[in-house]
Amino acid sequence: MSTAGLGLFQPGSTPLHRLGPGTKLAALAVLGLVLLARPGWEIALGVLAAVLAVAALARLRWRTSVRALVPVLVMLAALAAFQVWQRGWEVAVQVSASLLALVLAGTVLTATTPADRLVDLLVRGARPLARIGLRPEVLALAVALMLRTIPALGEVVAQSRDAARARGLERSPRAVLVPSAVRTVARAHTVGEALAARGLAD
Amino acid sequence: MIELEDAGVVVTAADPGAPGRTLTRTILEPTTLRLTERRIAVIGANGSGKSTLARLVNGLRTPTSGRVRTLGMDVAREGPAVRSRVGFVFTDPDAQLVMPTAGEDVALSLRRTVPDASERAARVREVLARFGLADHVEAPVHSLSGGQKQLLALAGVLATEPEILVADEPTTLLDLHWRRVVDELLADLDAQVLLVTHDLAAAERADRVLVVDRGAVVFDGAPRAAVARYVEAMARL
Repeated sequence: MSTAGLGLFQPGSTPLHRLGPGTKLAALAVLGLVLLARPGWEIALGVLAAVLAVAALARLRWRTSVRALVPVLVMLAALAAFQVWQRGWEVAVQVSASLLALVLAGTVLTATTPADRLVDLLVRGARPLARIGLRPEVLALAVALMLRTIPALGEVVAQSRDAARARGLERSPRAVLVPSAVRTVARAHTVGEALAARGLAD
Repeated sequence: MIELEDAGVVVTAADPGAPGRTLTRTILEPTTLRLTERRIAVIGANGSGKSTLARLVNGLRTPTSGRVRTLGMDVAREGPAVRSRVGFVFTDPDAQLVMPTAGEDVALSLRRTVPDASERAARVREVLARFGLADHVEAPVHSLSGGQKQLLALAGVLATEPEILVADEPTTLLDLHWRRVVDELLADLDAQVLLVTHDLAAAERADRVLVVDRGAVVFDGAPRAAVARYVEAMARL
């Protein structure tokens, strides 16, 4: 399973690509508020259907996106099973559909907006926070790093899995998780150093 | 120009065998150097202190004794100003490529110097074309080969036209083809280049070579003699 395709910019000229990043981000925020303010499985399914329609309008590469969403779907399936057991099928549908709608809406945003434009928007939006000592550029950089880190972490896990398999340890979760965690921490250290070297953390 | 005046690096850590006690380790002995040559190579065994020496140049590491001045600025007191004029390329390009696509990563470097978004986009295309990556502006970074990633890392650093470039083993992870590409690129730069390398052929093409051994610069001079000294030291191990 690879999350490498999730959230990556997919060039195009659809109406979603032409829409300003501020408008798309505001729409994502409104979506979240609607799902919070009007809980219910019918609303959640309706919102999910609307987001799927928007994703079709954005001409998302379905094969890439679905493949990248598999880990999310697995997690949602486990969550739904738990909710069915604890609180019934209506709550399970509401929670799973809401989360999937938000993840998909976020994917549409990042797939139709170059990271550079997103960073510009976040810098402008975070300017008021400069009064309390938070540098807008640093906040925007943190978001951009998150987008880059998702596929990078996928690569680290894939390499650790291959190494475990090569040693006949494919059935040992520890043989994958421990080196993945160690390498991720090491990577965080070197990324920090690289950011400092590029003057991006100064 | 890069100047080290008795600059040394000592690290202190808790002694795992004796709680409450600390261990000190000298990573770099106090070193005095004045580096004005256009191409300087630093060679030495793994763990000899080469990378620490390189990181002193742009203030990624500050000396625990003495002083380092780069382009007339004290790296300990004026680190950000130094780093705005000194580029640094790491061994592993994955660590320094922070944006999702190639074009976005170069654009990140240009944000301070080219505030206008459309002008920045044009400059990004120009920079990537110079590095043979014109067709990869929108390519996800993770889809690039190792050599392409290192070229992209170099592009991102050189887009800001630094006056000095420090390259810490930039070709170690590359095959012969990409090693040649990166070597030629570095040779053509106007900037002063400090190259940490295990590639002795590349070291021999420098104007001056420093050999570092166990935290000390044990040879400083002509490339051929430096490489011969290093090879002799390695043979004795």
